[in-house]
Amino acid sequence: MSDTLSVAWALAWIRGSQAVLAANREHLNDLDRAIGDGDHGENMDRGFKAVVVKLADGAEDVQGVLKLVASTLMSTVGGAAGPLYGTAFLRAAKAVEGDLDANGVVAVIAGALDGIVARGKATTGEKTMVDAWTPALVAATAAAEGGATPAATLRVASDAAAKGAEDTIPLQASKGRASYLGERSIGHKDPGATSTALILNAAADAAEAA
Amino acid sequence: MSVALVIVSHSAQLADGVVELAAQMARNVELRAAGGTDDGRIGTSFDKVNDAVAELRAAGHDVAILTDLGSATMTVEAVLDFFDDDELAHVKFSDGPLVEGAVAAAVTAQVGGDLDAVVAAGRARELFS
Repeated sequence: MSDTLSVAWALAWIRGSQAVLAANREHLNDLDRAIGDGDHGENMDRGFKAVVVKLADGAEDVQGVLKLVASTLMSTVGGAAGPLYGTAFLRAAKAVEGDLDANGVVAVIAGALDGIVARGKATTGEKTMVDAWTPALVAATAAAEGGATPAATLRVASDAAAKGAEDTIPLQASKGRASYLGERSIGHKDPGATSTALILNAAADAAEAA
Repeated sequence: MSVALVIVSHSAQLADGVVELAAQMARNVELRAAGGTDDGRIGTSFDKVNDAVAELRAAGHDVAILTDLGSATMTVEAVLDFFDDDELAHVKFSDGPLVEGAVAAAVTAQVGGDLDAVVAAGRARELFS
C-alpha cells in the first residue's frame, strides 16, 4: 500500500465504481421506484459506462480524472444525479493537486459534499445523498487528523457513508421528487445516499489495492 | 436586444408543447425546446440546454430559461455555472410554474420587455399571491 494515491488509484476507483454501479443497477432502480422516478440505477450505470469509455484515453493526474468524470456525468446521466454528482466531482477536482495524502482524501470528500449542497440546496436529515457524504466527511476528517493513511481514511469514510445511507430509512424526504410523497417516503432507503456509499466503497477498495 | 426563451422539461413532448402554446401569443419571440435526454429518454440534458442557449446568444438574443422540475433546474444551474458574469447578465433562469410562466414570459418578450421583465413574468408570482 502506498503513502499517497496517484492517478492509477483514481482510474481504479472510477472503474470500480462503474462495475459496482452496473452490478447494483436494478437494486438502485428498485430503491428509486419506491420514492422517486425509478431510474437512478439506470442513470448511474449509463453515466459511469460513458465515463469509463472517456477514460480509456487516460488522464494526467487525479484532478484530470475527476474533471472528466464531472463533465461526462453532467452530459450523460439525465436525472438529478447528473448535475449533483457532476458538480460533486467538479468541486472535488478543484480541491486537489497532484497525488493525495490523507488530507487530500478529505479535500476530495469535502469538495464533493460542497458541490452537492451548492447544487441541491439540501442539508442533513432530508433523506438525500447529503446524508451519506456528511458522515463520510466527518469520519475522514477525524481519521486524517489522527494520522491515518489515505486508504484507511477512505475506509472509515466509506463505512460512515454506508451507515449514513442506512440511516436515511426512517427519514421523511423534504427535498427532490421523494418529498411529494410526504410521510410515505418513510421506511425506504435513499437511492442517492446508497449510490454514494457504493462509490466511496469503490474508492476505499482501490486505495487498499494500490 | 430581444429576449428569447429556452423551455427545459424532462419530457421532449412537454417542452415542445409548451413552446407551441407560448408561441400562440408570441409570434415574434424565439422559443427553443430543450426536453428529454440526448438519447430521447425522460430526463434533462446539459448539452441540449447549453446548445440552445449558445445558439440564441449567437443570434444576438438575451435568454430566459424556464424548467419543469427540480432536476431540470439543477441542470440549468450547472450550465450557468460555466458562464462568466458578463454572460450571466444576458442569460437568466426564471423560476416559476412552467406552463403559466412560459406564456407570461413569452407575452412579455413579445411586447418588448427586457430580460429582467421577462424573467419576472416567468416567475408568475401573482398566481400565488
